[in-house]
Amino acid sequence: MVSLPPRDGGTSTGITSDVTSDATSSARPSIEQVWAWLGEVPDPEIPVISLVDLGIVRGVEWTGDGDEATLVVRITPTYSGCPATQVIAGDVKDAMAAHGIPRVVIETSLSPAWTTDWLSDVGRERLRDYGIAPPGAREDVLVSLTRRGAPVATIACPRCGSSRTRLVSEFGSTPCKAHHACLECLEPFDYFKPI
Amino acid sequence: MSVVVESLLRLGDNGLILSHRLSEVVGKQPILEEELASANVALDLLGQSRLWLALAGEIEGEGRDADALAFFRDVRAFRNALLVEQPNGDFAFQVARQFFFDAWHHLVLRGLTRVTDHRVRDIATKASKEVAYHVRRSGDWVVRLGDGTDESHQRMQTAVNELWPYVDELFMDDETDVAAHAAGVGVLHAPLKAAWDTLVQDTLAAATLTVPPASKWPQRGGKQGRHGEHLGYVLADLQYLQRAYPGQSW
Repeated sequence: MVSLPPRDGGTSTGITSDVTSDATSSARPSIEQVWAWLGEVPDPEIPVISLVDLGIVRGVEWTGDGDEATLVVRITPTYSGCPATQVIAGDVKDAMAAHGIPRVVIETSLSPAWTTDWLSDVGRERLRDYGIAPPGAREDVLVSLTRRGAPVATIACPRCGSSRTRLVSEFGSTPCKAHHACLECLEPFDYFKPI
Repeated sequence: MSVVVESLLRLGDNGLILSHRLSEVVGKQPILEEELASANVALDLLGQSRLWLALAGEIEGEGRDADALAFFRDVRAFRNALLVEQPNGDFAFQVARQFFFDAWHHLVLRGLTRVTDHRVRDIATKASKEVAYHVRRSGDWVVRLGDGTDESHQRMQTAVNELWPYVDELFMDDETDVAAHAAGVGVLHAPLKAAWDTLVQDTLAAATLTVPPASKWPQRGGKQGRHGEHLGYVLADLQYLQRAYPGQSW
């Protein structure tokens, strides 16, 4: 199973050059090609980033040959109760069907658990452009609770860049985001929580 | 029923019932931010519950999936602690219930990330990251309300006092807990009490609240299936659709 994101060295695509001459696999687009296509499927809740940029596609492989060839896409959920999970499975199947892959199986894998460390650099930039502060370093939030008054990481405003911001609520419009406000430009904004 | 299944039902039912209680207050919260927070915490707990119940059904091997376990068991078959079925009072009451549970839940999940059964470990690892944010929110609200106005302080103290008798059950280990621990799928809860006490005492102190004395009549029995009258009403609401129209799906 190939589980590296496509940007990790040498896996960028050439649409036609990837087709091999092997008779049994000639009908199957290459794994690299599939990664590129998956990289065009937007996250249903934050459509400026793709499923690949979000880091939830953990593996892609072919099983079976010829007409029986089936594409297996392994996806890990962001949050246990994220309602987008089922939408994502449907979107992946639709996108693959549009590229001529009719047989797709979505496997859900819990381990290793998804972390915001897997967000790509491109994804982080796109989040910021979209008005969502990208996730910072992970911290032990239970410990930070007992260290009341200790300095907390500053979240820069994605609109004006000021670091004079405050936390409004640990939960924003989706489970993955917290709600912050900028004290400089006075705009509210979402912060993609490190997890 | 095997101790493994029994132990997983306890985890799943806590999440399911508290999630339902939280969903009851969506649309009624004092501020918009808490509407979102309550709904999001409910969603996390429901998602986690689904994972635990699915695993319980799979190990049981009698063809029951998470939905069957959620919708087609009666009160006596539920294994949640009494704390989580307590009805929503005012906002301070919800905050106290949530904080007591979150602090315990996080410690339990952390313990479960180290058990030998990898399926339990995988779910716990994922859930513990989510629950860390639950503790931070509920602990923060305890302080904001306790160290707030005279009115909010008094309501927060009342809520803490009223829910205190339901805390002890969380840390009482029975034969199922001991066997689940030995089987590598569960943790012992009594050893977690010291860490819980520290977290709760620190938070109550920061909130200028008084830690109640040890409860003379601690309430228990939920995780053995002996519930208060409240759970029946929860299930009447939660299970209505599937009971009236079995097998309906979206």
